[in-house]
Amino acid sequence: MNAGWLTTSLILLPVAGALAVWVLPLRPFAVGSTAMLVALAEVALWIDAVARFDFDRTGLQLDQQQSWFSDLNVSYHVGLYGFSLWLVGLTVVVLAAATGYAFWAGRERPRAYYGLMLLLTGAIVGVFVAQDLLLFYVFWEAMLIPLYFLVGVWGGAGRLRATLLFVIYTMAGSLLMLASVIVLGISQGTFDLVGSGSSGSDWIFLGFVAAFAVKAPLFPLHAWLPEAYRESPPEVAAVLSGVVSKAAAYGFLRIAISKFPEPVSDFRTPILVLAACGLVYGSLLAFRAPDLRGVIAYSSLAQLGLITLGLFAVNDLGLNGAVLQMVNHGLISATLFLLAGGIERRAATGELGRLGGMARGRPALATVLMTTGVFALAVPGSAAFAGEFAILAGVFQTGWGYAVVGAIAIVLAAMYMLRLISAVLHQSQGTAVPDAALDLRPAELGIVVPLVAILLVLSAWPAAITDRSFAGPFPSGGWTSYAQKGVP
Amino acid sequence: MIAALATPHIDWFALSAPLALLAAGAVNLLAAVFVPQRDRRVVAAIVCALGFAGALVAAAVLFEQSAGGHGVIADAIQRDRLGALATMVVAGAGILSIGVSFREPMADDHIAEYYALLAWAGAGMAFLATASTLLTLFLGLEWFSICLYILCAIDRELEGSLEAGLKYLIVGGFGSAMLLFGSALVYGATGRLEFHEIAQVVQQQGLSHDALLVTGLALVLGGLGFKASAAPFHMWTPDVYEGAPTPVTAFMSAATKTVALVLALRVLVTAFPQEARLWTVTVAAIACASLAVGNLAALVQRSVKRMLAYSSISHAGFMLIAVAANNALGGRALLYYLIPYSAMSVGAFAVVAARERELNRPVTFDSLAGLGWERPLLGMAMTAFMLGFAGLPLTGGFVGKFYIFAAAYRHGWTWLVIVGVAATAVSLYYYLGVIRAMYMRPAEELQLAPVAGGSPPRELALQTAVAAALAVTVGSFFAVQPLIDGAKHAASALPF
Repeated sequence: MNAGWLTTSLILLPVAGALAVWVLPLRPFAVGSTAMLVALAEVALWIDAVARFDFDRTGLQLDQQQSWFSDLNVSYHVGLYGFSLWLVGLTVVVLAAATGYAFWAGRERPRAYYGLMLLLTGAIVGVFVAQDLLLFYVFWEAMLIPLYFLVGVWGGAGRLRATLLFVIYTMAGSLLMLASVIVLGISQGTFDLVGSGSSGSDWIFLGFVAAFAVKAPLFPLHAWLPEAYRESPPEVAAVLSGVVSKAAAYGFLRIAISKFPEPVSDFRTPILVLAACGLVYGSLLAFRAPDLRGVIAYSSLAQLGLITLGLFAVNDLGLNGAVLQMVNHGLISATLFLLAGGIERRAATGELGRLGGMARGRPALATVLMTTGVFALAVPGSAAFAGEFAILAGVFQTGWGYAVVGAIAIVLAAMYMLRLISAVLHQSQGTAVPDAALDLRPAELGIVVPLVAILLVLSAWPAAITDRSFAGPFPSGGWTSYAQKGVP
Repeated sequence: MIAALATPHIDWFALSAPLALLAAGAVNLLAAVFVPQRDRRVVAAIVCALGFAGALVAAAVLFEQSAGGHGVIADAIQRDRLGALATMVVAGAGILSIGVSFREPMADDHIAEYYALLAWAGAGMAFLATASTLLTLFLGLEWFSICLYILCAIDRELEGSLEAGLKYLIVGGFGSAMLLFGSALVYGATGRLEFHEIAQVVQQQGLSHDALLVTGLALVLGGLGFKASAAPFHMWTPDVYEGAPTPVTAFMSAATKTVALVLALRVLVTAFPQEARLWTVTVAAIACASLAVGNLAALVQRSVKRMLAYSSISHAGFMLIAVAANNALGGRALLYYLIPYSAMSVGAFAVVAARERELNRPVTFDSLAGLGWERPLLGMAMTAFMLGFAGLPLTGGFVGKFYIFAAAYRHGWTWLVIVGVAATAVSLYYYLGVIRAMYMRPAEELQLAPVAGGSPPRELALQTAVAAALAVTVGSFFAVQPLIDGAKHAASALPF
């Protein structure tokens, strides 16, 4: 069997699972367990892909190509690079955890719910493996459809406004990207990402950047973010902030940076400045946010700013650090959102002012939240520290000012994370915290502990990702030479 | 004397599609008299469906056997793949519309006439799709228009139906008059009726800036614009679409637009290549106007049928972008997009019809609440149609829009791509509004109850039609290559 089928089945398995869940008349419990099984099988497939992946080889691996419509040279072309492999891994792990959380918490209309969750898995994996511009766009948009339903149907009281805002923002960006995709593809004569050359057009570049900057989001395009993250079910918020935002960062990396060398050097300064602004602004907002989800949402804005700093440093340190930090932040913010969901279930609110004292008699919750929080504030020795250090070192080579801003933001991160931990776990018992509120249940532990465990492994061995993301000449001349050649 | 008139050779095969539909209509008229009333609905529907199926098969065979297009019957009509493809789309829309019509609560006494008129309207469209002179163009246009005028007004008990018919008659009559007057001017300038001869004469005599010819061209364009419901010739569309019985609206929205746009493409490219600089800009302007009017007006509608009417105006705009591109890619884009568009259009109106029958009142956004959960097939299908209209992936609507924008870009009009993209962004609000109404608002909140108080009747015919439309909408996304090949062959009948 061609190894490319492995990549294809990473997309097809969840989609097939979704169709099965929709079509078969299963009982709610069976639906949840089917979805869970498919999500775990997806993780197993990914592990198989890691085993088959040759990290020393350059270029695309486990690829498959099939013409879709030939007159415009559009094809179904999928494959993996080192960094896409890690992001796919992040996706399948977080989606499995989110599915598990939903299964545990119980969702109304389970068939529709789990079907959409699986469809979302397939679409996000598709974004990370697509090697054709139009295919990338298809998956990018396909990602939005299940999210629209998941937030709009199962969300909180303000879900209609939140989805409207979310969809209008992301689609406005995406449609600019569609125009760019068409212009780039037609003018190059092919839509293939591997086969096409680079482009010098600023306008096409900006079309792509618009889409990615909205989805990430980058300051000042984040107006949709707090509401979407607050109104979603917690596991959907975990996916949004943990994985979907990484799709945008991946877009910067795979398309904006690798296809547009000259525009990147033209627009690098404004993008870096915006990213730095977002980093500081998001951290400050997170420090002032009145609720759990607000803190995590704005910290997500800050972290995406940091990742963008690393990416647009366009040197080895920055890029490797950014990829590592994408995985770190994905795991951290997914864990935090799932924990926030658990806390909200117990206290019926996420307002920090009404929480507190939850550490007493709840050692598991205290340990897990504390550990994740410490990761989030990038304590030395943690995977996040490794990622942030590499990013700052990378961006320092571009301009020391960015590194200074980044360092300040790390201090701010400590402030907001410690505030969150203290407001939930310590202080006097909050008005909303009933005495009967249980510690984390074994099922909840089973969902979040693997995520934390992966973070621990990465802390011990960050080189697992940093040494295995970029091998060899991609784009032409290699990332290092790309960075040296040029970008002033 | 009679013997001196040389009758042209008649290629009956080229006429087979309209003939099949004419025959189905005639049989239905007989059925109106001879079949007892309780069987009439079933018999008439089956005969009409057979007529459309026959037309579909005939057109498919014709498509296969008319690789090189040529004029037949003294060059009055053109036997080519373009006409055959358009006929296939019309016939497909007709078959689906019969599924929608089958359980329409309409008085039984004129049901056979209804299906007869539906078949004849299809015949007129199939004939028009092959027209290659200004006379056959006008003949075909009036042929199906008259049938549609009556169809719009046929349900006398439906509020607004008669008004819709009258409005359509008056405004449509005005449009036809424009077309006829324009044709007369073009004939006056060139002395020719056949499309390709007009082009030859214009070239030979250097008439490309002739005032008479240009005025005639503008009027012909306007007349076709009425039928395609492009702004500023769209005024009738919302009222007629809303007032007419929903199955008729479904058929009209898909089939009329198909033939009007295919004919616009054929006339402009075949008869007026020398004026291309003029009409590409004009068509682009009409497209922009349609996009603006359709999208902005659709934003504020409460009635789903009116919203779909404005959406159909905006889609006329999208497809006219493909015509304005005036290149082979544009022709391909138009012919491809018409396939999923027709399916989505008939399908969306079919879902509206189902809800109408369930609630026994006009369908507004509010009365869609809960539909998605109560009727999973209809809800899922409507979701796919709305996503398709909005040009989101996993539907043929996405590929269609992609091709259209690609054609505009290849023509060198990046600004038109931007306009189209902006219009798409606006349109999301109301298309997603339908989905929001169906899934995200609980029905209890709005206290809707089916008329009978129980669960709605199962409508096999309608559900089959919706499922078929869904299959085409989604299938055209995955099977792009064969459809694009078909569209490519059809477009190659035109002198690009």
